[in-house]
Amino acid sequence: MTPNVPDVTLADSLPDPAKLIACPQCDALHLDADLPIGSTSRCVRCHTVLESPRQLALTRIVMLAAAALILMIAAIFFPFLELHAAGRIQRSSLLDTVMAFSTGMTAPLTLAMAALIVILPVTRFVSLIYVLAPMAFGWTPARHASRAFRIAEALRPWAMAEVFIVGVAVALVKVAGLAHLSIGPAFWAFVALVIVTVLKDNFMCRVTVWKTLEQRRPS
Amino acid sequence: MENTRTAPSVLTARAAGLIGCTQCGRVQTPGAARCIRCGSVLQSRDEASLQKVWAWFFAGLVVYVPANIYPMLRTSSLGKTTDSTILGGVIDLIHHGSIGIALIVFFASIVIPVGKFIAIAYLALSIRHRVKLSDHRRHILYEIVEFVGRWSMIDVFVVAILAALVQLDFAAHINPGIAAVSFALSVAFTMMSAQSFDPRLIWDANKGNPA
Repeated sequence: MTPNVPDVTLADSLPDPAKLIACPQCDALHLDADLPIGSTSRCVRCHTVLESPRQLALTRIVMLAAAALILMIAAIFFPFLELHAAGRIQRSSLLDTVMAFSTGMTAPLTLAMAALIVILPVTRFVSLIYVLAPMAFGWTPARHASRAFRIAEALRPWAMAEVFIVGVAVALVKVAGLAHLSIGPAFWAFVALVIVTVLKDNFMCRVTVWKTLEQRRPS
Repeated sequence: MENTRTAPSVLTARAAGLIGCTQCGRVQTPGAARCIRCGSVLQSRDEASLQKVWAWFFAGLVVYVPANIYPMLRTSSLGKTTDSTILGGVIDLIHHGSIGIALIVFFASIVIPVGKFIAIAYLALSIRHRVKLSDHRRHILYEIVEFVGRWSMIDVFVVAILAALVQLDFAAHINPGIAAVSFALSVAFTMMSAQSFDPRLIWDANKGNPA
């Protein structure tokens, strides 16, 4: 792992590090020009998206995160799926699903399920609102905004709401032969939640948010 | 956007004697432990990256074995109890005629985990050994592994939903099996393994070799 020998003249004439951006994936250096709204910059080497500022992105993310939070509350408390079999109706809510593993050897999974489906997504929404809402209004960032945004980004792969929805689809087919199933309001709330989450994550550009946070930080 | 490309190779922050932040892209002179923009821990390269990758990898591999041997679902219907493993569940679905769903489960629970083990091992080995795939291809492979890992959780969620839903006393009821736990752990461990991998190593490794 010998680092390539840099062009010495170039290394000497490098501009102020603050004017550079390193690709988060492959470490290639780029000049960090201010991008016009709506454009996207990519790493020249690995083509990772570096920055993609969008019109009113902050406001939109805050709105979508707030919508997701409300939908999550609906999804937790309304019945999720109803099963009609042998003259009985079995309703189960999201909470029942989370508690499905709570007996016997599988008990630790209860905690993991709750975290993956409910707790981590909610934590993400709340921390994104906390970080971005003041900035969307043009105020200075809230205290510990950096930490909150770091947590929100670290949790991203672990918030598995959309995976859960596909799981529901599979479960529906598996049970379909056994009994009549109907879908409750919470299911649709959860589907909407997934759509909102995907939209929100598409709007969000990590580097742009960090730069905005830095600019607005009271110094 | 302009770039500081020095033909034919690209100047990295490391080669320029600087450190780039993997979270926010901020470039700064070495010395600081944390990024001045976002406060993330700064490392020019994660030196222990490969160790962490292999540690999580083997942890994931170990728990993946019981996940396939022990039952995932325990279905009791009219006093008869049947256990089904991951593969058994897929075969059941095929017998029911729902090929599409069987494919989803097959991909999520068997193809993706196994493919992930192979891909992670390949990427980790490719840092030290010369391999055929170009840097760029390997970087794409890494991004696929990162993206796809969480979708293996599907089967665990299916088990949870079924267990919550099908509780009709004598007529039928479904309980989760112990394999659900080890499978969930396996998915989590391999996700940790993929996250521990420092993709910058892919691009460093072949520096000496002609591209």
